[in-house]
Amino acid sequence: MALRRFDIEAGGHSFAFKPETEEKIAFWRGKYPADKQRSAVIPLLWLAQKDNGGWLSEPAMRVVADMLEMPYIRVYEVATFYTMFRLQPVGKFHIQLCGTTPCQLRGAESLKEVCTREIGKAMYVTDDQRLSWEEVECLGACTNAPMAQINDDYFEDLTAESLGQIISRLRNGADVTPGPQVDRVNSAPEGGTSVLSDPKLFDGSRNSLSALPNLPKPPGPATPEATGQPAADAPTNTKREEPSSKDIKS
Amino acid sequence: MLQDKDRIFTNLYGMYSPELDAARKRGAWHLTKEMLDLGPDWLCDQIKASGLRGRGGAGFPTGLKWTFMPKEVRDRPHYLVVNADESEPGTCKDREIMRHDPHLLIEGCMVASRAMRAHKCYVYIRGEYIAERHALEKAVKEAYEARLIGQNNLNGWDFDLYVHHGAGAYICGEETALLESLEGKKGQPRLKPPFPANAGLYGCPTTVNNVESIAVVPTILRRGAQWFAGFGRPNNSGTKLFCISGHVNKPCNVEEEMSVTFRELIETHCGGIRGGWDNLKAVIPGGSSVPMVPAEQIMDAYMDFDTLRDLKSGLGTAAVIVMDKQTDLIKAIARLAYFYKHESCGQCTPCREGTGWMWRVMERMVRGEATHDEIDTLLDVTKQVEGHTICALGDAAAWPIQGLIRHFRHEIEERINRYRAPRAFVQGATVAAE
Repeated sequence: MALRRFDIEAGGHSFAFKPETEEKIAFWRGKYPADKQRSAVIPLLWLAQKDNGGWLSEPAMRVVADMLEMPYIRVYEVATFYTMFRLQPVGKFHIQLCGTTPCQLRGAESLKEVCTREIGKAMYVTDDQRLSWEEVECLGACTNAPMAQINDDYFEDLTAESLGQIISRLRNGADVTPGPQVDRVNSAPEGGTSVLSDPKLFDGSRNSLSALPNLPKPPGPATPEATGQPAADAPTNTKREEPSSKDIKS
Repeated sequence: MLQDKDRIFTNLYGMYSPELDAARKRGAWHLTKEMLDLGPDWLCDQIKASGLRGRGGAGFPTGLKWTFMPKEVRDRPHYLVVNADESEPGTCKDREIMRHDPHLLIEGCMVASRAMRAHKCYVYIRGEYIAERHALEKAVKEAYEARLIGQNNLNGWDFDLYVHHGAGAYICGEETALLESLEGKKGQPRLKPPFPANAGLYGCPTTVNNVESIAVVPTILRRGAQWFAGFGRPNNSGTKLFCISGHVNKPCNVEEEMSVTFRELIETHCGGIRGGWDNLKAVIPGGSSVPMVPAEQIMDAYMDFDTLRDLKSGLGTAAVIVMDKQTDLIKAIARLAYFYKHESCGQCTPCREGTGWMWRVMERMVRGEATHDEIDTLLDVTKQVEGHTICALGDAAAWPIQGLIRHFRHEIEERINRYRAPRAFVQGATVAAE
């Protein structure tokens, strides 16, 4: 468990959603049955965090609780349980550096050193209020390790140099490009891939099927399929078979 | 190697547009109405016959799971909840589906909902996947506008799909914790029974399925259960998205057939092991929760549920974490122990206290600051956590450490020896160097 406490002092006494957020609040509340509005608490807290400069203050939690007619403690519980709700102020650009094993294996520790050198210790906000960082648990982009999330965007395949450059650009207000920072397309292997090159996959050929296979037959004795087990003579990867030609009309 | 014509996720890398028109050209939303018209029994039978096992880690047969739902809708509506809270370290496959092939997922949700007589579906996506959530929301909007889903849609089954998001809790990948979170509470797992098929979301019958399990369904139905069952060894059929990370030359996501050998998987798609095959030390074959397998056992093993279970590990989510001989295995596992300590929900004492305790001992073992009998104590504690908690997080925290001790106990012992015995020598060396 992570121990998390509110920053009461920095939170002030009041919070109000920005006027343009109202529409988003209605969008989220519309997703849940009228008597189950409590379901919207996480999306609404997230919107509140956005409107509050990237962190969640105690008055903001109360506003959300009042909106959803929830006891304050139930909202506090949620806000302290989920680690994406930040309970103390952060910089304009908050770097969440993934440090879990797949990223660690590919050099996340050197990235931590870069952050400490360039910004300071974790959760410290620089004097110009622009930067802060923390180490987080797996962000789910492990084939592009090591990586970090800066505000909403993933920056993947980082090195100490490229992260250092990104930090200095953010400090100076320059644009940065999210995604892989090396020569690769998303999670494809670096330098290109040989799979998914058949043009027939993309030109509509797959829609040539005019009827579904295995349509229900008149009732008869149970087949091996119906029992949930593949037939004993099912082809394995050594003798794989294409669907027979009568199933496909070209 | 799986041939292109047999791939389900044809836009895995996002080389093409994820939008509806392009998705339709790739085969999505084709014959959907015909599938829905055939009704729940046919749908469940086909998925059972295909041998599809859940892609979220446990590998439970998907078609069988669907049949646990009540056979008729009474006073409580049925729900499908799709688990897109992909947080298992090493795993990043559902992300690619949601941002690059979202229409396969939406179509799958509709077909699966028909099979369990549900009219509503929630997709619970992890909070960090913000771009992916926007991509999915956009695709849902397109599907509504094209009247593929919604009330009185062209496919003839009233169906609403809502995207919900979490806020960074690994435990919400556990199905009952996910339901709690979706209800606006802390994500703490529920005791089972009652199982979600009886009392799930808002107390209604619910089935929770992984994104990949759902997204492959329409293609299976279009191409036939026997086509899907033809891949892989019996009882491990189908194609699977593998996420290969760690010390390979070119880490990547790739769709391969089940029961491909580890060597073929790495050689074909990842450009081999960093430093060659002799440099391979150990592999975590199914996401951080499964025990590691040493090099000599994994090299030519089939990557499927049963083979890896026999190696005392598991296929899990097929997130293959490769570690070469330069890896400090103890440190790698200590980091996982920290992960589980951080992500324990705090509900059950063995897990809440045990994960922290195991992590602290592991940190000392990284430095070698321990005694030999502490290894046995640690192993004993993992056994006391395992199986004594409501959900499987306790087991997941225990297994990586058990795997380490099972296969690399000698490394821990050597490190302890090195820390304890030659201290004087080290000090002497420092002095000499000065």
